[in-house]
Amino acid sequence: MWLSHHWHAFFLALRRLVDSPLASLLNIIVIGVAFSLPTGVYMLLGNVQSFSGQLSGAPQLNVFLKLGTGKDAIEKLKSHLKQHPQIASFRFLSKDKALEQLKQKNGMADAVNSLTRNPLPDAFIIDAKSISPETLKRLRTEMLKWPDSKHVQLDSDWMERLNALLKLGQIALLILTALLSFALIVVTFNTIRLQILTKRNEIEVSKLIGATSNFIRRPFLYFGAIQGVAGGAIAWLIVALVINLINSELTNLVQLYTVDFQLHHISFEDSISLLLFSSWLGWAGSWLSVASHLWQIEP
Amino acid sequence: MISFSNVYKRYPNGFEALKNIVFTIKQGEMVFITGNSGAGKSTLLKLIGAIERPTTGSIIVNDQNVSKLKNSAIPFLRRNLGMVFQGQKILFDRSVFDNVVLPLQICGFEHQSAAGRVRAALDKVGLLGKEKALPITLSGGEQQRLCIARAVVNRPSILIADEPTTYLDPSYTKDIMNMFKSFHQVGVTVLITTPAAELLESPQYRILSLSHGELVT
Repeated sequence: MWLSHHWHAFFLALRRLVDSPLASLLNIIVIGVAFSLPTGVYMLLGNVQSFSGQLSGAPQLNVFLKLGTGKDAIEKLKSHLKQHPQIASFRFLSKDKALEQLKQKNGMADAVNSLTRNPLPDAFIIDAKSISPETLKRLRTEMLKWPDSKHVQLDSDWMERLNALLKLGQIALLILTALLSFALIVVTFNTIRLQILTKRNEIEVSKLIGATSNFIRRPFLYFGAIQGVAGGAIAWLIVALVINLINSELTNLVQLYTVDFQLHHISFEDSISLLLFSSWLGWAGSWLSVASHLWQIEP
Repeated sequence: MISFSNVYKRYPNGFEALKNIVFTIKQGEMVFITGNSGAGKSTLLKLIGAIERPTTGSIIVNDQNVSKLKNSAIPFLRRNLGMVFQGQKILFDRSVFDNVVLPLQICGFEHQSAAGRVRAALDKVGLLGKEKALPITLSGGEQQRLCIARAVVNRPSILIADEPTTYLDPSYTKDIMNMFKSFHQVGVTVLITTPAAELLESPQYRILSLSHGELVT
């Protein structure tokens, strides 16, 4: 019986949706367009994040030693690094090896051969256990204090800038989502209000012949939720369309820069979350509307 | 069973619609309530269905004290009452079938068994061939029968009709009255309000007369 009530409400809601196709369609498109904005921003942020990760991996610390540092000192540093609790792994790059590597680069062999002595320092390339900027900075100052270190390079400056930008983007996304969610609730609220007014007779008669408030409320709630899901789906499709358009242009552009970059749509889980969220908002909007209007209709 | 004791209904503007009403209707009885318009007939029926609440006094319907019923319990009281309203309350945007099936949907019937009951109810009132018709295409008498079908489709133990024959031709009136009698014959308690004149044909039934909100029998 419980199930039959819900089926009844669901189909009634669907029928009401289909009975006024143009109004429903416009509503759904409005919701979809509104929601495509935060969805699109979310998609862009996700793409930038994964792209930057792909470019650099984790930031590394490069410790360059003073020229002429002895073998004993190097061994001592190695054992020190092995025991260091905050260091995940490290690689020692001797100055000879560094020169070898330099020689192998195109066009450098002649230049290197013309050198009378090796100008390169010995170096450690270090991966820290944590990639938080604070830890990396602390490690850097610590290493600068070693008697044999000459220079410590931390290539995380641009990462920090990017992270700050991404954070800003996330705040913008949050504000955008909040505002447009509110818009969705208002749209649904109004739709349901109009629907309650036009269904006044039906509601009154239903109450007279023994309908509970829940029975009367349910189709409206389903209506809001269905409209929300459909709006969410439209938003997803709009973003998919935009990605398609941008990607075809992007292929030409990235070829010039010889990097591989394509926009990807939001993940499957995120898509499901989008639909759930938009349906919940529709449900909430109609719940508010029903709560504030239905009690006025008493037989 | 329906039992009124010391029931008063006073509206906020001070108008006393019912004064000290006392009566009991036994299970399976058929009773007419008569009186001029404004005598309080409709108000009395509305009290039974908890559409209006009494100012004082108690009303017992099927062992439930309607005057003290919580709002959330009212729908379940109404499901055991078949009501034919004055003003009919037909939904004109849906078919005859959909009008009659509504009480069953409200009670949560499955589609199959509901459809069977709707056809049985339409058969009893002689509208079986018009399931798919829109109510607007029905004659006045047929619309009233539609209301009766909707009232009985849930097989209530009490059937209440507020002036079911007021706007009908005399021939239709007889028809409709016979229909109520047949429900009475199968054990349904029937309560009908009607202007006095029509009663001459049914002398064997109990009559409650209302005048200016008071019982005068």
